[in-house]
Amino acid sequence: MEPDSASAVAARLGGTGYLCDDALATVTFLALKMQRPLLLEGEPGTGKTALAEAIAESMDLPLVRLQCYEGIVATHALYVWDFPRQILHLRALEATGRVDPELLPEAEKSLYDERFLLARPVLDALQRSPALLLVDEIDRADDEFEAFLLEVLSTYQVTIPELGTVKATTPPIVVLTSNRTRDLHDALKRRCLYHWIDHPGLDREVEILRSRAPEVSASLARQVVTAVQQLRSRDDLLKAPGVAETLDWARALQALGASELDLAVASRTLGALVKYREDTDRVKQALDRMLAT
Amino acid sequence: MTAVRHEADEILLGFARALRAAGVAVTQDRAQGFVEAVSLLGLDDRRGTYWSGRATLCAGPDDLERYDQVFEAWFNARDGLPRSRPADAATPVVSNFPDEENDLSLDADEGDSDVIRVAASATEILRRRDVASMTSSEKARLNAMFAALRPRVPVRRTARQQSWRRGNVDASRTLRQSLRQLGEPAEIAWRRRGLKPRRVVLLVDVSGSMSGYADALLRLAHRVSTGSMTGHGSTTGRTSVEVFTVGTRLTRVTRAMRLRDPERAIVAAGETVPDWSGGTRLGETLRIFMDRWGARGLARGAVVVVFSDGWERGDPALLGEQMARLQRVAHRVVWVNPHRGKVGYEPVQQGVLAALPHCDDFLAGHSLATFAEVVEVIGRA
Repeated sequence: MEPDSASAVAARLGGTGYLCDDALATVTFLALKMQRPLLLEGEPGTGKTALAEAIAESMDLPLVRLQCYEGIVATHALYVWDFPRQILHLRALEATGRVDPELLPEAEKSLYDERFLLARPVLDALQRSPALLLVDEIDRADDEFEAFLLEVLSTYQVTIPELGTVKATTPPIVVLTSNRTRDLHDALKRRCLYHWIDHPGLDREVEILRSRAPEVSASLARQVVTAVQQLRSRDDLLKAPGVAETLDWARALQALGASELDLAVASRTLGALVKYREDTDRVKQALDRMLAT
Repeated sequence: MTAVRHEADEILLGFARALRAAGVAVTQDRAQGFVEAVSLLGLDDRRGTYWSGRATLCAGPDDLERYDQVFEAWFNARDGLPRSRPADAATPVVSNFPDEENDLSLDADEGDSDVIRVAASATEILRRRDVASMTSSEKARLNAMFAALRPRVPVRRTARQQSWRRGNVDASRTLRQSLRQLGEPAEIAWRRRGLKPRRVVLLVDVSGSMSGYADALLRLAHRVSTGSMTGHGSTTGRTSVEVFTVGTRLTRVTRAMRLRDPERAIVAAGETVPDWSGGTRLGETLRIFMDRWGARGLARGAVVVVFSDGWERGDPALLGEQMARLQRVAHRVVWVNPHRGKVGYEPVQQGVLAALPHCDDFLAGHSLATFAEVVEVIGRA
């Protein structure tokens, strides 16, 4: 069931095609063992969301995802009552003539039945637990939502006034990701294990590329990763390419049938790697120099 | 056995304490989490200790560098442990000397504003006086007058709707109301798109050439951070004002600026900012701001105010490029220049020339009266 060491975690994740270094494996292991939420920060495209998916897959747990956005409120995360269906139910009771005064409390009670409850991700995860709850891009949500989340994550229970308290039998594994568009509140951070995911090194990235996109040949993979790593070390790019971009680019090259990285095919597929016009020019020049030697 | 364990706890908690002394905000529960994590991995696992400490004691990339240093010092050898990326490697700390010549010409400029004698109240005079030319007692009086500024929060429409007297039909509220009456059709509820406070980002130049204004500008920033009122009844949520200082490096002083008391806020900011009265590399620091904060979302749709005189020591072309980037992301870019309001001022500094095409507003900011204008422009944006 649960892996009992950091290396076991790494092996499990490796089995799903997610390669992680021992830092990430250690932190993941601790998060599972200490039952603490795992807060992942890092550049976009370093595999924060992918880690959550890999954990869920490796432990055979359902993945419940809560994508945060500006203006998200507790009802979006917890539950709503299905009003139209409640009304239909009421009308049906009326039509069958079952609403006589004595039975009124019962009819009322039947309105707040669990079948009229639409569970949103957090409640869903608590009900289905053991599960993995992924709170994606928490930095996009507002402060108030963070406070709400803090409350849920400290007790793993939710109270619905009409129904009672829903408590997870085993607390779900919680993974939060953030792109650092704003600082999270300390109280929330304190509750979590924190890990900053960096871009992987050359060999690690080649491995990732080979395992995620096995159709790409070994020599092309190495060429692509070498080029990307060199680009990443420059500091004049508006947005340095992440691992996700490396994968995209390699797949694009493969789709065009390229067996080697050359300038012509590289410049045609550059759209998969860089997403700014200013960057495109710089990358073209850099590739020019790189591939000439 | 127990003696050994006791000792290990002591070492670990001592490490947490050393880390706190080094400036990482380690709390009691964090330290306990650390001990728990290490005991799970085993005490002999050096790398495990390193990673579990990093996960339990650190709260952000800024902490990682300090953590590494303290870890190295406390547990002696690193044994080939990976080194965290320095939090701000791209920012060499270069403290240029303040530009004496420019400073002198500035003083000469202000000579005549000293001799203004108008038959108005002392307060009114202070309101219009250049803050750089004030004596310390005048400054003390002026500081109290900052409280009279009434910053308003700029607002924007949200995607979410809120109930209102008219607008679109709010189907679910209407249904809910009718449900309350056992399904009888009830009054129709309406809604419209809500209003939310827009984010405000203030970038304050604290380089040598701005040293006469930095204090007053930070006070203004503090006033905007803490005193902003929502002028609209239907706005929800707190205002978020982010304050950064720029110079040779970029420093986030938002936390300091949230302290209620202005004096304490200024002192706290002074402790955070390492490059008071240094040189100006505006383009470079702006690039770091855009990379680390702005483009990720902090400046997106925000009102960004840059307080600077535009005396750029670096490459003006870089400044222009970064300002263009900023303008593409932000809702409105306002440039506040303390020298703008002076007689005979022409925007000739290379930095200003490069930045000006990418600003929506170009305002003066050398006296309380002009600060009030700035506050007004922010509120209307």
